[in-house]
Order: sequence, then structure tokens, then C-alpha cells
Amino acid sequence: MAGRVVLIEDEANIAEAIRFLLSREGWQVKVHADGSDALAVIEAEAPDLVILDLMLPGKSGMEIIREIREVEAMAHLPVLMLTARGQLKDREMAERAGVTRFMTKPFSNTEVLTAVRDLNAQAQQGMPSVSSICDAG
Amino acid sequence: MTSLNLLAMVSIGYVTLLFMVAFWADRQALRGRSARFMRSPLIYTLSLSIYCTAWTFYGAVGYAARSGMEYITIYLGPTLVMIGWWWGLRKLVRVGRSQRISSIADLLSARYGKSNVLAIGVTVLAVIAVTPYIALQLQSITLSVAIFAEADPTRSHNESGTVFWIATGLAFFAILFGTRNLNANERHHGVVMAVALEAVVKLIALVAVGIFVVWGLAGGVEQVLDRVDQSPIGGWQVDGGRWTAITFLAASAFVCLPRMFQVMVVENEDERHLRVAAWAFPTYLLLISIFVVPIAAVGLELLPEGANPDLFVLTLPLSQGQNGLAMLSFLGGFSSATSMVIVAAMSLSTMVSNHIVMPIWLRTTGAFGGASVSGDVRSVVLFARRFSIAAIMGLGYAYYQISGGGAALAAIGLISFSGISQILPALVGGLFWRGATRSGALAGLFIGFTVWGYTLLLPEVAGGVFSAETLMQGPFGLHWLRPQALFGIEGLDPIVHCVLWSMSLNIAAYAIVSVCSFPSPMERLQGAQFVHVFDHSAGPGGWTGSVAQSEDLMIMSQRILGPDEAQVFFQAALKRQGGPGPLPEPTPVFLEQLERELSASIGAAAAHAMIGQIVSGAAVSVEDLLAVADESAQLLEYSSRLEAQSQELSRTARQLRETNQKLTQLSEQKDVFLSQVSHELRTPMTSVRAFSEILRDEPGLNAQEQHKYASIIHDEALRLTRLLNDLLDLSVLESGEVTLNVSHRHLSDILDHAVASALAGADGPLRVTRDRTAEAMEVETDVDRLSQVFINLIANAQKYCTAVAPELQISVSNTNGQVHVDFCDNGVGIPADFHEMIFEKFSRATPERAGGAGLGLAICKEIMRRLGGDISFQPALAGAAFRVTFPIQMKIEEIR
Repeated sequence: MAGRVVLIEDEANIAEAIRFLLSREGWQVKVHADGSDALAVIEAEAPDLVILDLMLPGKSGMEIIREIREVEAMAHLPVLMLTARGQLKDREMAERAGVTRFMTKPFSNTEVLTAVRDLNAQAQQGMPSVSSICDAG
Repeated sequence: MTSLNLLAMVSIGYVTLLFMVAFWADRQALRGRSARFMRSPLIYTLSLSIYCTAWTFYGAVGYAARSGMEYITIYLGPTLVMIGWWWGLRKLVRVGRSQRISSIADLLSARYGKSNVLAIGVTVLAVIAVTPYIALQLQSITLSVAIFAEADPTRSHNESGTVFWIATGLAFFAILFGTRNLNANERHHGVVMAVALEAVVKLIALVAVGIFVVWGLAGGVEQVLDRVDQSPIGGWQVDGGRWTAITFLAASAFVCLPRMFQVMVVENEDERHLRVAAWAFPTYLLLISIFVVPIAAVGLELLPEGANPDLFVLTLPLSQGQNGLAMLSFLGGFSSATSMVIVAAMSLSTMVSNHIVMPIWLRTTGAFGGASVSGDVRSVVLFARRFSIAAIMGLGYAYYQISGGGAALAAIGLISFSGISQILPALVGGLFWRGATRSGALAGLFIGFTVWGYTLLLPEVAGGVFSAETLMQGPFGLHWLRPQALFGIEGLDPIVHCVLWSMSLNIAAYAIVSVCSFPSPMERLQGAQFVHVFDHSAGPGGWTGSVAQSEDLMIMSQRILGPDEAQVFFQAALKRQGGPGPLPEPTPVFLEQLERELSASIGAAAAHAMIGQIVSGAAVSVEDLLAVADESAQLLEYSSRLEAQSQELSRTARQLRETNQKLTQLSEQKDVFLSQVSHELRTPMTSVRAFSEILRDEPGLNAQEQHKYASIIHDEALRLTRLLNDLLDLSVLESGEVTLNVSHRHLSDILDHAVASALAGADGPLRVTRDRTAEAMEVETDVDRLSQVFINLIANAQKYCTAVAPELQISVSNTNGQVHVDFCDNGVGIPADFHEMIFEKFSRATPERAGGAGLGLAICKEIMRRLGGDISFQPALAGAAFRVTFPIQMKIEEIR
């Protein structure tokens, strides 16, 4: 079941592509280009999934994911990180920081969609998602 | 007429004087305060004159009367040696001193691996060759006494009794002064002084007789020359073969005769004395030989037919009633004979006792190496010396009695000379040829000695050994073995024949056997010591002291070799010795091994000095210390060279470290750059891929969407192209392979073009203000590149200036040929934390909304550097302000 996605991406064209793809799947996509207030946007939206770019103006994706994990309510929020810097050490660092999945640009659309579906399915089965908690509450 | 009594009194008085002089000199030397002249080269030179024996004193005149000028060869040989071979003598003296040589037999033995067989051989040879010579001296004294006896009919003359008493007296003198003490250096100051005094007496005597003959009898030099011409002497022809042979014999005997070796090497105080002797001794020979021919010529003329020419020196003054002069002459002859006999007996006795008597005594008493009998050994050695002197004098006396004193003096002298010359090849070879071996020396000596005995000694001296038939037909009818015509070579003078065969066979055997045999390690060592004596005069003397403390040696070795190595060395030595331990006995062998081991660490001289100090407790000599200092200096020089090298090394290491650091930095920069490039490429490619897949996979797109997405793909493709262009541009500029097209252009034209290009197709309303009067100047530079920089700056302003009414002010100034172009916009400027990295590659102060890769300003910086100018950010001004500076006229060397 599709839900809400927050996409933090400063490259307008890439954001547009992902927004297009996910909205076709039934997701509500909120695009945000700046890193500095990304956390506030995510908290405000309370999404089912976050797609996060690594290199962002204002604040890097790595800092944002750490902040997300510090918020108790979002400790298990699925976060898909996208980056054009596909080096191994970036991936390791991101995973340590709490990223659920890591993807390198450029990606195929199918990959992104599959990843989003998987993450959503896992969240539905295992951990209750933020939105479901909210709904329940 | 002089009575025999008077003669006896004068003789006894003279001998008493000699005793006193010798006694005094010995005492002075013993007290260590010998007078300066006793150590002078003069005394050394005079002592060398024992070469001139009674044979020279009496015999030379006889020689001249019989064979003309040939007697000169006897003087020529030593003169040639002294003048032409003094350096060889110097080496001999140095070897003698450094090896503590006591005789010529000792020298050869030492050289050829301390071989006692060789020493015995040389000793026997010397005794055989010298005994007739000693007899000759006794004979000359007898003859001279007989002359006086004839003239004094009042007394009956007992000839053999005289000889016996003379022999006994000489033996007594030799024993008294030759064996007074066992000096380590075997020097006998008393004997040397007496010999020197006798040298003066014989010179004065002969010169006095000569002067009397020339000016007293002949009436002047010219008259003497006339008489010489008239006498048979003037008519003698020179026999080249004999001249050569005898000159050679005299030269080699001068070096090889035991008594000559004694005074020249053993008694030598200072090797510098040789320098004086090199001219002084030939002068002495000249003086003593100059009157020989006049005396002979006048004697032949004045004395009755049949008078013995050997005694002209004595009989001429007597016949003229010059008794005083005759007495002086007698003393001269007496001096010549006695000095020779004393020194010869002394030197031979050293050889006989050291190499024959002592080894036999030691073996029979089994006292080998026993330290407890050292006190006894001393007296045994002294006894052996005295006994040997007595025996040698006895031999001479016996020979005199048996031979009956028949042969002419000169003949005996030459036979003796050629016998002793057999030592020469082994001696000279030993000094200069390291390859010479003991076997070679033995072979040469044996062959030479045998040939000498067979061809000369036996036929000439021991008359009757060979029958006339043997001489004519050869032994056992072997024609080619005739003693005086070996291998069928006939018609040669016996002396020449003997010298030719004995020397050539001697040398051949010596050389061939030496080449074919292998020297023992000891021979090698000693060979090197002899041949290179000037390189290491302080070489190992062979340690004999047994008072060394093994503990002391161990402690010293530990300091030098290090504890572990010293332990290993001492344990190995202990094992070799097989002793109970815990430390090896300080045997000479062990000490020498230790010295060699130590010298590898601290040098030969230092090792020698240190062991010497422990072993013998001897103070380190100045020579040792100098050698140590010498080695230390070499070590110092070596270490300073090492230090310089190590400094050089550390300098190189530092440079390498710096280079490495730079390379690492460059490598890191390259990694960062690649990572940045990859990021810059991936970003547009992500959009391209995503939208191309959307266009391909999504059938329900409307035309508007299709167009929009296709446009994105197009834009991103352009962005990729731009990025690649910039990268290539930067790469060319940075590598310096850029070619600049320098041309003249008005600055305002360039700016016109740049503004137009930068703003073409731009959507923002950027207003550009300029100062056309300031721009009115012609510049000489790469116009296209400069324009590229301007375009970049204007485009940046156009893209990033966020003011409501964006405005760019371009102002120009010119100071000292440097053109400044300032670009100032009215935006918010650049955040302070970006100021420092604004010209770095891929640095972006703003989000990527403008689609630049962040290479623009890096390219600008690089271009301006190429143009000999600069571009800088002016942080002080409001808005973004850049200053471009470049020379109005580009210099040639900057076009590179």
C-alpha cells in the first residue's frame, strides 16, 4: 500500500523524475531541495519513507540521517539514500549512520521503484510505520 | 836497527792502549752516557774499515807488484756498493734493527721462516770461508815480525810461538770485549771504538809510508809516475773478465762477510749514518789505496830481486833506515790484522753459538722453553760464545800451521771472498723478492758452495787434495768435470771460472727451487716483513715473554673486540692448546694470533704496542705511539668521511620525504578530483537515464510531458558537454601545453565582445556599466583567452547576482604597465567561508541551480596565470567583486 514519501533532492530534474515515477505508483511525494531544514520538513510530513540525497546545500544527507535516527519516533523510518558519490566508504558510512538502503546514481527507474516497494513492505510487516502509529493514535 | 824487544814493547803498549779504549768505551756505554762522538757517523765509517785487513795493508802492494792495477778492484767493489747501493744497505740495516738480527746467518734464517737448517748452513759456510782468512792475518803478523827478527840477529825467533801467543791474545781480547754482556741489540761499543782507533792507525801508517816513498825516495809525484811507467806495473794489461769478477766479489763480500755484517748492520747505531758513510768510506778507501802503486813500483826498483812484495810497506822504510816509520807501518799492519780477527771471531762466534752450540745444548739437556732455567741459559750462552771464539781462533791457528803459510795473501783473500759471496743471492733475493723460499735459498747455497769448494777452494788452497791428473783429466776420467774447466769451458782464470759457475748455478738453483716450492706461512710472514720493511718497521717481533697475564690480555681483548668475540677467541685458543683453562696460556703462538686478531680492529701498530705492554711490561716506544697516532689519524679521516656521507644521506632522505609528501598530496588531490569529476558526471546522467526510461516505458504521457522531459534530457546532455569541455580546457591550461595567440586589440573591443557573448540568450536583466575612456587602451595579449575570463565573470554575475535590479560595474585602470579590470556586482556577495576556495575546482558557493560544474573560476585563474597576470576576489567590497590584472604588453617568456 502506497503512502507518503519525502524526497530531499537539490537537483530539480532528478527530483522531478522520482516524483513522476512514485506518483504514478500512488505515492504522495513531497520534494524539498534544501538540506538545512530537511529534518523539520520530514517531521512535519511524517512520511512512510524518506528518499535522501547525500550532497545537499545547507546540510549533507549524512547529517540529516543522523538527526532522523535521533528522533525516537523516526528510529525505524525507512530511508533510501541516493548519491552520485558511489564510493564504498560513503556506503559504509551511510549504513552506519542508519540509512536503510543505499543507491548510486545513475539508477534505473525499476531499481528505485523496487527499492521503495521493498522498504515499504518491510516496514508494513516488521515495524509499524510512523504513519500507522499516527493512524492508530 | 830496531830490536825485537822494542817491537814487543811497542806492540804490547799499543795493545794495552786498545784494551783501555775498549774498556773505557764499554763502561761509558754501560752507564748510558757514551760520548757523542762514539755515536757519530765518523766512528761508524771508521769501523767499516775492517774491510781493509792485513791483506789490504800489505797485500795490496804485493798485488800491485804482481798484477798491476788490478788491486783497485778490491776497493772498487765496496765503493760501488756504498755509492750505488746505499738504499739496499739501508733496507738491510732497517731489517736488521726491526728483526733484532744478530748475524748474517740469523738474517737469512729469519727471512726464510726462522729456519735453523739454513742458519747452520750459512754458519758452516762462513767458518770454512773465513778460517783461511783469519790464518792469513796471523800469517801477516808473523811475516812482519819475521822481518824485524831478520834485522835483529841478537835474538832467536820462534815463529810458531809468536803466532800462538798472538792468536791467544786476540782471542782474549775478543772474549773480553765481545762477550762482556748479552746485549739485546748485540752492540759492542768497546770493540767498535778499538776498531775505529785501529782504522785511524792503519790509514796514518800507510799514508806516512806512501808520503815517504813519493817525496822521500822518489823525489816527487812526477818522478814516481816515471818509475811506475818503467816498472812492470805500467805494462800490465787489464783483463776484463778478472776485473769484473773481482769487483763483483769485493762488492758482494763487502755485504756478505760476517764481520762486515757485524759492523755495518748489527753495530749500526742509526741508519742515517749510512748517508755519511756512503761518501766517507769511499774516501777512506781512496786514501788508503792511493799510495799502493808508488810503493810497489819503488819497492820493485829499490829492493833486491826475490824480496816479498807483500811486505814492501815494511821493508822499504827498513831498508832506508827509517826505523820509526817501519815501526808505524808495523803497527798499521798489526792493526789491520787484529781488528779483522777480533770482529770476525766475534761475529762467527755469535753464529756458531746461536745456531750450533745452543741448539745442541738445549736439546741434550732438555731445557727447552723452561722458564726456570733462564738464569742458567744466560751463562750457557756466554760460555758458548767464549768457547766459539776460542774454537774459531784455534781453527785459524791450526789452518795456519797446516797450510804452512804458503799461498800469497791476495789469493787467499779472493778465495775467501768468492766463498762468502755464495750468500749474496739468498740475501738480496730475500730483501726484494717475496717469492723466495727456504728451499730455494738452501738449494742455491748448497750448489754455490759446492761448486766453489770444488773449483776453487780445494784445488787452490788444500793443495794435494786433487792430483795433477784429476786437474788435467777430471775425476774418474770424466773430462767435463775437471775442477778448473767445468763443462769443458777452458782457458778461464780460476777465479773467473769459479765465480761464473758458482754464481750462475747458485742463482739458477735459488730461483728455480723458489718458484717450484711453496713457502710456509712463517716464510710468507717474514718475507713480507723483509721486503716491505719500510712499510711496517714495527712489525711483530715474535713474542717470547711468558710473564703475560692471561687475565690482562682477556680484559684488553674484551675492550677491543667486544666481550662475546673475545670469549670465543680465547675459548678457541684454549681448545687448541688443550690446557686445563679457564684461560689459554700466553704462548708466543697465542700472542701472535691475538696480535693479528687485535690488529684487525685497532691496527697493527696499536695491537703490537698494547700486547707489548702487557707481555713484557715494556714502555710503549715513541715509534709505536707515532704509528698508533698515524692509524688514528687515518681512522679519524675515515670517520669524518663517513659523517659527511651520513649527512649527505640524511639530506637526500629529507628531500625524498618531502618529494614523497608532495606526491602523496598530488595523489590525494587526484583522487579527490576524480571523485568530484565522477559526481559531476553522474548527476546529469541520472536525469538523462531516468527521463529516457520514462519516455520509453510510460505509454500514457501527454505531448506536453513528453516535450518537457525530452527538453530535460537535452539540457542535461548540454551540461555534460560543457563539463567535459571545461575539464579538457583546464587540463590543457594546467599542463602548460596551451598555445597562446598574442595579438593587439583595444580593451573596450574585448569587453564589448565579452558582454555581448555573456548576456546573449540570458533571461535576467543584468545592467552593465562601463567607463569607456578608461578602457581606451591597446593591449597585447591572447585576446580570446582574456575574453573567456571576462565572459565567465560577467556570466557569473548574471547567474548569481540576486539583487532586485542586478547591476555589474566594470572599471579599468592602468598602473605601470599593469592593467586592472574590476568586476563588481550589487548582489549579496559570496559567503565568507567560500572566499578561500573560490578558485578551487568544483567549488560552488551556491546550489546547483545554474548548472555549472564549479570549474569556471579555476579556469579563469589558470588562464590569467598563463597571460602573466592574475585574478583575485576582493572581499572588502559589497557584492561579488573580482579584479583581473594583466600586463598591457605580454612578455615573451610568459608565452610558455
